[in-house]
Amino acid sequence: MNDRATLVADVEVIRTPWNEFWRKFKRQKIGVVAGIFVVVLVAIAIAAPWIAPYDAENYFDYDQLNAAPSMAHWFGVDALGRDILSRILMGARISLAAGFVSVAAGAVVGTLLGLVAGYYEGWADRIIMRIADVLFAFPGILLAIGIVAILGGGEANVIVAVAIFSIPTFARLARGTTLGLKRLTFVEAVRSIGATNWTIISRHIFPGTVPAVIVYFSLRIGTSIITAASLSFLGMGAQPPTPEWGAMLDAARADMLTAPHEAIFPALAIFATVLAFNLLGDGLRDALDPRLDRR
Amino acid sequence: MLQYTVKRLFGLLPTLFLVGVLVFLFVHLLPGDPARLAAGPDATPETVALVRHDLGLDQSLPRQFVRFVTGVLHWDFGRSLSTKRPVSVEIGSRFMPTFWLTVWSMAWSVTLGMTIGIVSAVWRNRWPDRLGMTIAVSGISFPAFALGMVLMQVFAVDLGWLPTIGDDTWLHYILPSLTLGAAVAAIMARFTRSSFVEILGDDFIRTARAKGLDERQVIWRHAMRNALIPVVTMMGLQFGFLLGGSIVVEKVFNWPGLGRLLVDAVDMRDYPVIQALVLLFSLEFIVINLVVDVLYGFINPTIRYR
Repeated sequence: MNDRATLVADVEVIRTPWNEFWRKFKRQKIGVVAGIFVVVLVAIAIAAPWIAPYDAENYFDYDQLNAAPSMAHWFGVDALGRDILSRILMGARISLAAGFVSVAAGAVVGTLLGLVAGYYEGWADRIIMRIADVLFAFPGILLAIGIVAILGGGEANVIVAVAIFSIPTFARLARGTTLGLKRLTFVEAVRSIGATNWTIISRHIFPGTVPAVIVYFSLRIGTSIITAASLSFLGMGAQPPTPEWGAMLDAARADMLTAPHEAIFPALAIFATVLAFNLLGDGLRDALDPRLDRR
Repeated sequence: MLQYTVKRLFGLLPTLFLVGVLVFLFVHLLPGDPARLAAGPDATPETVALVRHDLGLDQSLPRQFVRFVTGVLHWDFGRSLSTKRPVSVEIGSRFMPTFWLTVWSMAWSVTLGMTIGIVSAVWRNRWPDRLGMTIAVSGISFPAFALGMVLMQVFAVDLGWLPTIGDDTWLHYILPSLTLGAAVAAIMARFTRSSFVEILGDDFIRTARAKGLDERQVIWRHAMRNALIPVVTMMGLQFGFLLGGSIVVEKVFNWPGLGRLLVDAVDMRDYPVIQALVLLFSLEFIVINLVVDVLYGFINPTIRYR
C-alpha cells in the first residue's frame, strides 16, 4: 500500500504544469542561458545604485572629457565627464522597467479583452477587434509618437505609449486561443455541470492562453525596449541627464569621430539585453508551443 | 476575384472612418488651446478669437469633423505653424525620398530574408541554418539607430566609400536602406524558415517525395507556394514596420523625408503637420494591407470564398 502511494505521488509531481514546462524548457540550452542572463540583468538593475562606481548623473570629471576606457573608468568618460559604466548600469533600470511595465500592462489589458472577445463573440467581439484593427492601422512607433505628442515627452509617457500599442497584439493572441478552446469538450463539460461564464473563462480557458502569452511577453519586451530607446533617441523619451541608453546614443553622435566608445557601450547594452529576451522567447516558444512538437 | 477585392475594400471603411476620427480628435486631445497654439504665444485675445474662427474651432465637433474630412479629401491639411506654408506642400516635397527609401529597403530585405529562411529550413539544424538564424536573431535585437551609426562610422567615415548624409545620388541610398531593412530581413528569415519547416512536415510533401520526385522539385513546386502564403501576409505587416523605422533612420542619416518632418513637427508642436503625417502613414499602411489581402486571394483561392 505504502509503495503504491509513493508511486502515485511521484506521478503527480511529474505531471504538474510547472514540472512539465521545466522538463521541456531545460532542453533549450540557449534559452536557459538567455534566461540566466536576464535574471543577472534584473539583479544588476536592482543593485545598480550600490554597484555603480560613480554617481551616474552628478559626478563630473572635467579633466577627462571624452576619455577612452581606462582602469578608473572601464567604459570611458562621456562629453560631460560622466562615467559611462555607471550610466549604463543605471540605464539598465530604466530600460528593463520600460520594457517590463509597458508589456505587462499591455498583456493584462489585451489578454482580458481577447478572452472576452473570443468567449462571448457577438457585438463585444466586433467592437474590441475593430478597435484593435484601428490600433494596428498605425505603425507601432508612429502610434507611440502620437501619444507622446499628446501627453508630452518623458519616460513615463513612453511607457504608456508602448503599453497601448502592445494591447492589440495580446488581444488577438488571446482571442484566437479562446476561440479554439471554448469549442473543446472539456469546456462543454464544465458548462453542463453549471459553471458560470466567469469561472469557465478564468479557471478553464485563461490557463490555456498562458503559454502563448508568455512566449509573446518575452519577445515583446525586446521590441518594447528598442521602441523606448528609439523614442529617447528621437528626443521624445527620457530627458537629459537621465542615463537612458537610447538618449546616451543620441548624445554620442556629436563625438562619434573622437570618442566612439560613447556610442559603442550603450549600443552593446541594448543589443545584449534585447538579444537575451529574444533568445529566451525563442526557447520558451520551442518548449511551450505544442504545434512544434511534431518536428 | 473582383468581388473579393470589392468586399475587402468595403470592409476597410469602418477602420478608415475610425482612424479619421482618431486623427481628427488628436488636435483636441492636445494639452492647451489649439487656437492659441496656432496664433502664437504673443497673440492678443482678439487675434486668438480670429484664428479660432478662421480654423473653424468655434463650431461644433461634428461640423469640425465634416470640415476636416472635406479638407482631407481635397488634399488640404491646413498650414504648418512653423513655416506657414500649406502642409500638403511640406509633405509633397518630402514624400519621394521616404518612398524610395522604403521601397529599396523592402526589396533587398525581403529577397535576402526569404533566401536565408528557405536555406535554413532546407538544411534545418545544420550549419547553414545555425548561421542564418544567429544572424537573424542578432538582426532583430540590434536597434536600427545604433546600426545606422555603426554603418556610417565604418563605411562613410573610416573607409570613405559612401556618402554620409543627404539623398543626392543612388550611393546615398545604400547605408540608410541597409539600416532600415536589416530588421525586416531578419524577421522575414525567421518567419520564412518556420513557415517552410511546417510545410515540409506535411503529408503532401511526403507523398511528393515518395513518388520519387527530385528534392529540388519538391521544394520549388510543392513547398514554395504553400509556404509563401503566410510569408506574404508578414511582408505587408513589415511595410508598417519600415514606415515606422524610417522615422528613426531618417534622423540618423539626416534624410530629407517624412520621418524627419514628423520628428521636427513634434519638437515644434506643429500639430497640423503631425496630424497630416499620422493620417498619411496609417493610410499607407491600410492600403498596403489591402494589397496584401488581395494578393493573398491570388495565391490561396480558398480564402476568396469565405
